[in-house]
Amino acid sequence: MEAANPASTRGRLPAWVLGLVPLALLALAVAALALLDGPGLGDRKGVPVEEIAIERTELHPGRIELTIRNDGPDPVTISQISVADAFVPFSGAGEIGRLGSRTLTIDYPWIEGESYGIFLLTSTGGTIETAIDAAAESPDLDLGFFGLMALLGIYVGVIPVSIGMVWLPFIRRVGPAALRFLMAFTIGLLGFLGLEAILEGIDIAGGGPQVFGGSALVFIGAAVAYLALAAIDSHMRARRQAARDAGARGGYIALLIAIGIGLHNLGEGLAIGSAYAAGALALGAFLVVGFAIHNTTEGLAIVAPLADERPALRRLLLLGLVAGTPAVLGAWIGAAAFNTSVVALLLGAGAGAIIQVIVQLAPTIRDRAGRSLTPQTVAGIFSGVALLYVTGLLISV
Amino acid sequence: MGSPKESPNPDTKRVSRRRLLAGGALAGVSLPILHELVPHGGIHEAISGSGHDAAAATTGAAADPGHGETGALLHATFAAGTEVDHKANGFNPTEMLRDFDYGQTRRLPGGRTLREYTIVARDKEIEVAPGVFYPAWTYNGRVPGPTLRCTEGDRVRIRFGNASQHPHTMHFHGIHSAFMDGMPGIGEERGGGLIGPGESFDYEFDAEPFGTHLYHCHVTPLAAHIAKGLYGAFIIDPKQARPEADELVMVMNAFDTNFDGANEVYAVNTVGFHFQHNPIEVARDELIRVHLVNVLEYDLLNSFHLHANFFDYYPTGTSLEPNELTDTVILGQGQRGILEMRFPKPGRYMFHAHVTEFAELGWTGFFEVS
Repeated sequence: MEAANPASTRGRLPAWVLGLVPLALLALAVAALALLDGPGLGDRKGVPVEEIAIERTELHPGRIELTIRNDGPDPVTISQISVADAFVPFSGAGEIGRLGSRTLTIDYPWIEGESYGIFLLTSTGGTIETAIDAAAESPDLDLGFFGLMALLGIYVGVIPVSIGMVWLPFIRRVGPAALRFLMAFTIGLLGFLGLEAILEGIDIAGGGPQVFGGSALVFIGAAVAYLALAAIDSHMRARRQAARDAGARGGYIALLIAIGIGLHNLGEGLAIGSAYAAGALALGAFLVVGFAIHNTTEGLAIVAPLADERPALRRLLLLGLVAGTPAVLGAWIGAAAFNTSVVALLLGAGAGAIIQVIVQLAPTIRDRAGRSLTPQTVAGIFSGVALLYVTGLLISV
Repeated sequence: MGSPKESPNPDTKRVSRRRLLAGGALAGVSLPILHELVPHGGIHEAISGSGHDAAAATTGAAADPGHGETGALLHATFAAGTEVDHKANGFNPTEMLRDFDYGQTRRLPGGRTLREYTIVARDKEIEVAPGVFYPAWTYNGRVPGPTLRCTEGDRVRIRFGNASQHPHTMHFHGIHSAFMDGMPGIGEERGGGLIGPGESFDYEFDAEPFGTHLYHCHVTPLAAHIAKGLYGAFIIDPKQARPEADELVMVMNAFDTNFDGANEVYAVNTVGFHFQHNPIEVARDELIRVHLVNVLEYDLLNSFHLHANFFDYYPTGTSLEPNELTDTVILGQGQRGILEMRFPKPGRYMFHAHVTEFAELGWTGFFEVS
């Protein structure tokens, strides 16, 4: 190879070709290993690992549908299924390759409200267990269903957030000390929401396939969102300084907050939608009222940075939609196409955005002496956390 | 509740939305529980639909027990179109019903009969339910092992060879010397006791008492050595022969396929639901004699229940007089007996464990009377 004479190689080949050399070698090595079947390594030790994640359970009259994914390193063959300690006829038997997914359709006269233990029996005699806690018919994905989910999303997302934003005139009138308290209060709110998003993401990811990263996806989502927003922020700061447009600052933070809260509300929508699909949701006033009280405070958080500005009504509405409509989207996804990995990533992104917002807001609670954590601001943070904690008790789905 | 599913008519939908909106007032005065389940509007379609399925059931059952023509679930069963490969297994539950090994006979001085049997223990993967493979331990490559049959007072010699990877024994239920009991630690000095891989031993004793018995491995861990498949029926006929009959051997067994100490697949003669899909053909009015042996591990009791008929029951088969006329018997581990019945009318008659959990996990079959 040319590497024998590095000096002349450097002279003749462009840098990008040199950069490709290790990749070419890697491709060769991979091809050789694959062709020769990993010489010297021998066969696997021990029995195949059978790991199956249940991604989705749907119930229709006389029928249970399980969407499963092979979460492990080896192919898995589903041979038989028992429901409530009885073997059942089903379709979809057969081998599932690594990362492969399949829907098993089981003929079973399930009964509303009862719980069922389900065993998938593999070709090696291994069992994969899943359960239906309380059987309820899965919603048909028709227009009426999407309409209902949209309505729910609007009730718990768009309306409360918009109502909360009506605090804007009040915020404009209060003095700087009260404003600092309100900003601290907002930070408390956001901190609570961020933590909630992370915990919920980890919880959801834990229930799904681990092969795509499991709960690590939450942190990946958080890191990506945080860093991306930080980069955007630094880019915009540079431009703003050039334009000396200090006024846009609050608007930008408000937008960031709206995005972070929007992703949080996506999580709330998911919870509502999936609970609805599982029949575990008591639809009705109490739920909506709980969410409304909880989420109205989010509107306050969005307008808090706008105290010094006079944003157009249209812009405010837009912010409300950014923060509120993801609840609609979440409800749709939660009920129709719940994918734990995607959801974990999105919730993580929400948390990352919220952390970025907190970093952005931090300077706004500083008083003239440069102190941030004064008794007043700490009380504000605590109040924010406490308010969400208490209103959160109203909305456990 | 606002489920769009049950409201094909848009008016109903509007009502449910209104309820959702109007509920705000209610929330102020009451604190309902959020996790409350909302009924989806009464009795489920699956139940109300069972009426028209029943019509299909009568026609469907004749074709394939388990499935109706509409695909309705008539009995618990395996996935449609799946079957156990009996050829690969090397044995067929139906053939094992009437397969008796009388051994090689020789007359001994004094007029007694010597019966010699050859049994080899082998490790072998078997299919216990369609597509479900189990690493069994076998006597002569089958589970249950061969049904050894002799007559009261015969001299019995079982040439046992161990071609398995593990030590085994053959422990017979019967009356014999301690050295012939297939018990590790007893009779090692005579070449008996624990029979290691590659070793062999001749068990020899007089056949007594008459009855339906069993044999199995007695090496520790005992439950595992039995549950893995090392068992079989051992029939000693009385000197005064029983009446001529269509004789069947049913060994009630099960398999803990995931080794968690609980069985996944239940059966008679190993393959779950085999006799549901392949009914046992018997003749109308003919005397049928079932030698029933329970070798179930990990569950305390097993049972046999016959539909639309009763049978004479001879516990352990040690008497020529039945002690009960019944349609259900319960057997503990190692218990066995003889069932005698006649079917006066043709048709398909179910039999199954009346521990119904086992029935729906494979232990269900039919007699086809013609």
